[in-house]
Amino acid sequence: MADTQYDVIVIGSGPGGYVTAIRAAQLGFKTAIVEKSELGGVCLNWGCIPTKALLRSAEVYHNMQHASDYGLSANPSFDLQKIVQRSRKIAGQLSGGIKHLMKKNKVSVIAGFATLKAGNPAPTVSVEEQDYQAKHVILATGARARTIPPAGLESDGKFIWTAREAMVPDTMPKKLLVIGSGAIGMEFASFYNAFGADVTIVEMMDRILPVEDEEISAMARKSFEKRGMNIKTNTQVKTVKKNAKNVTATLASGDEIENIEFDRVILAIGIVGNVEDMGLEALGVKIDRSHITVDEFSFTGVSGLYAIGDVTTPPWLAHKASHEGIICIEKIAGGNPHPLNADAIPGCTYCHPQIASVGHTEAQAKAAGYDVKVGRFPYIGNGKAIALGEPEGLIKTVFDAKTGELLGAHMIGAEVTELIQGYTIAQNLETTEHELMETVFPHPTLSEMMHEAVLDAYDRTIHF
Amino acid sequence: MPIEILMPALSPTMEEGTLSKWLVKEGDTVNSGDLLAEIETDKATMEIEAVEEGVIAKILVTGGTEGVKVNAPIALLLEDDEDASAVDNYTVGGAKTAPEAKAEPEVKAAPAPQTSPTPQAAAQPQHSVSGERIKASPLAKRLANEAGLELASISGSGPNGRIVKADIETAKSAPQPAPAPAPKAAAQATATTTELGMPLGGGAEYLTKFGVEAGSYDLIPLNGVQKVVARRLSASHENVPDFPLVIDCEIDNLLKMRKELNSQAPEGIKISVNDMLIRACALALKHVPECNASYTPDGIALHKHADVAVAVAIDGGLITPVVRGAENKGLSTISGEMKDLASRAKDRKLKPHEYQGGTFSISNLGMMGIREFGSIINEPHGMILSVGAGAPRPVVKDGALAVATLMTVTLTCDHRVVDGAMGAKWLQHFKRYTEQPITMML
Repeated sequence: MADTQYDVIVIGSGPGGYVTAIRAAQLGFKTAIVEKSELGGVCLNWGCIPTKALLRSAEVYHNMQHASDYGLSANPSFDLQKIVQRSRKIAGQLSGGIKHLMKKNKVSVIAGFATLKAGNPAPTVSVEEQDYQAKHVILATGARARTIPPAGLESDGKFIWTAREAMVPDTMPKKLLVIGSGAIGMEFASFYNAFGADVTIVEMMDRILPVEDEEISAMARKSFEKRGMNIKTNTQVKTVKKNAKNVTATLASGDEIENIEFDRVILAIGIVGNVEDMGLEALGVKIDRSHITVDEFSFTGVSGLYAIGDVTTPPWLAHKASHEGIICIEKIAGGNPHPLNADAIPGCTYCHPQIASVGHTEAQAKAAGYDVKVGRFPYIGNGKAIALGEPEGLIKTVFDAKTGELLGAHMIGAEVTELIQGYTIAQNLETTEHELMETVFPHPTLSEMMHEAVLDAYDRTIHF
Repeated sequence: MPIEILMPALSPTMEEGTLSKWLVKEGDTVNSGDLLAEIETDKATMEIEAVEEGVIAKILVTGGTEGVKVNAPIALLLEDDEDASAVDNYTVGGAKTAPEAKAEPEVKAAPAPQTSPTPQAAAQPQHSVSGERIKASPLAKRLANEAGLELASISGSGPNGRIVKADIETAKSAPQPAPAPAPKAAAQATATTTELGMPLGGGAEYLTKFGVEAGSYDLIPLNGVQKVVARRLSASHENVPDFPLVIDCEIDNLLKMRKELNSQAPEGIKISVNDMLIRACALALKHVPECNASYTPDGIALHKHADVAVAVAIDGGLITPVVRGAENKGLSTISGEMKDLASRAKDRKLKPHEYQGGTFSISNLGMMGIREFGSIINEPHGMILSVGAGAPRPVVKDGALAVATLMTVTLTCDHRVVDGAMGAKWLQHFKRYTEQPITMML
């Protein structure tokens, strides 16, 4: 007879769920985690990690194509199946790692789809017709790609892909349409562009990567267009019609309608929370447009029931889910954690060039009423960037002119996803421009640009 | 390098605390989450947990030591792979904290017998106060500076009590509740052992100055609660120009209604007279909102809710758990909350947010047979109600002598906030609720 009494049951084993389960176990709770498919959730198996593996292949291939720039010669070619295999192997390896972490932390893994019914002190969790009781139940069920079936915007597994199909392609499409220019759309656009697909990106807003700073969006667009991508902003995909061997997409930009044929389409038009079929409505869980409404400590309002990560409020990012989960369980354990500060969560896009940011954009800061000081430093002014052969990019800082508070930082260029944490720490420690200026950055590194971008905000930049 | 285990700040106002008891001993292996020691703070006893794992190499502050400054090292922890010799050549926190930590046992040894009083013990805390590093983020320091706020007057909500931007913003938006009194009182206490005037500090020599011989009494060290009560109430006495208003209430109807309520109440609910008085106070505060107020140097703060602090006697002191938003709570809710708060208060298990703050207080000595009394205002409250015993007393009704159950209450008001007419108006409402208790059911 399986054990059915727990202190904490976490539903979903993505980066929100498994991290929460480990922290719960560390805090002394008897913990179980329910997973309907692979441990690690979308992030490890069908999201963050496998796409990074694909993009690494794209990066190496790109460098091989430009070997002569470095005084080398190469005759590059690629095998798509092997690229995909490598990505899947890495996902498998990491999922196995989670299994090990669960075992090490004595977290019971319950395989199957969980449903909830009313219970005391927390809802009863049923998996495969077995009931489990816990004092606290934490929903970490994540999200999936948004689709719009009436317009033909849904995966058919053949011509029309969501991220899930797009990361295990059978052939390299000749003409590819990417709908949506957020992080997911731009990463796939980058990958397929690198291997020679003719990529068109359609975005409803007036710029790509609409959550990023406008200046960064503009630079990214220029860079992508230079690589041969076709970008259509202020454009909507009305319908996608399937033909025998391809699809016809109807694009509308203002009054202009155009019909274009594509081999494949990738849907990257956002996500929807996984809230269905679990009995949440009957329990009285508040759901706003497919995402669960929670308080600052992830409480749903239903006794003993919490929700974290993508199934709740944005930003929908793995690291936000993990951190939110830790705050939630520490609060349950009687700790005194600070609620998550949504303005201090960095975001990264692994297209080429990479993009990373944290905090307010310049426009957001102005809209919030700040008098701002803005600093900029271009990659072309940095020795390391030139030595790497990556002279394209920009680092931008936004300060509150009155207090010197670092309101935001925005970056585009090589390795910026690894650099952004420096500014995140600075924000979290509440440093002002003064401490950042006094900090010694090592030479020669890309990070020197972070220093210069601070100096520039106060008209003190040295190298440009 | 050994890890220093520091005295934690268990509440925002905590400056020092008593390390009551170690739950581990030197040589013990601890895992994160293990209970290490019990700390007695301002008003509660709490346990501290290990954050890191390792071996307790050295206990620096012995159990039972009082006045341990927040963030002073209390023990050293060695990580698993470290050699015990790492502790031998280890100096605690450098030059700054070492003398303080050493001074603690000295101060403790001082009280009773010492015949030649030295100012050393008295001078010590003052020195450490001025030299203490205040942890604050660079941004918080700059914001405090611009707003003209003293960092020392702000409590930090960051890790280890670090003052962060949010704390400055809170301090700026909440009108400063007179930052001066407490530190000023403390400074006086430590500084004065002069020939002239009252001896205000100095431990053992205190009574000697009054001509009471050392050795003719036993000295019981002050616990955290007693220290806070002494400091807060002395400050109140010094700062608040208060005056009393006294009124009699006939509570026969109230007693009758209580009896009826309890006879109909579900299992487990028993409404006390005090619960009814809490509700009456809350409703009167709602009726006369200008009395639900606090004096601040920048203006009079009118509170939006009636948070009623209820004085509860506990072993070795007094604590005032707060029934928040009492104007919106029914009798059974108030009763249940009070029962829980009072029982946990007696076990000293209240959390700081449960006994700090409040907008008004009530103290009831009726059950002890006290006919009437006055209380000292619990700053920053504008008023405190002292409730005497309800007892049959002769009254004149329609020109004839009759017997009624009378309860005398005294409302002590801070004249800076509540004047005589306002206080009287409040008492009229309170009296009406107690005499026609049906109106408080509305």
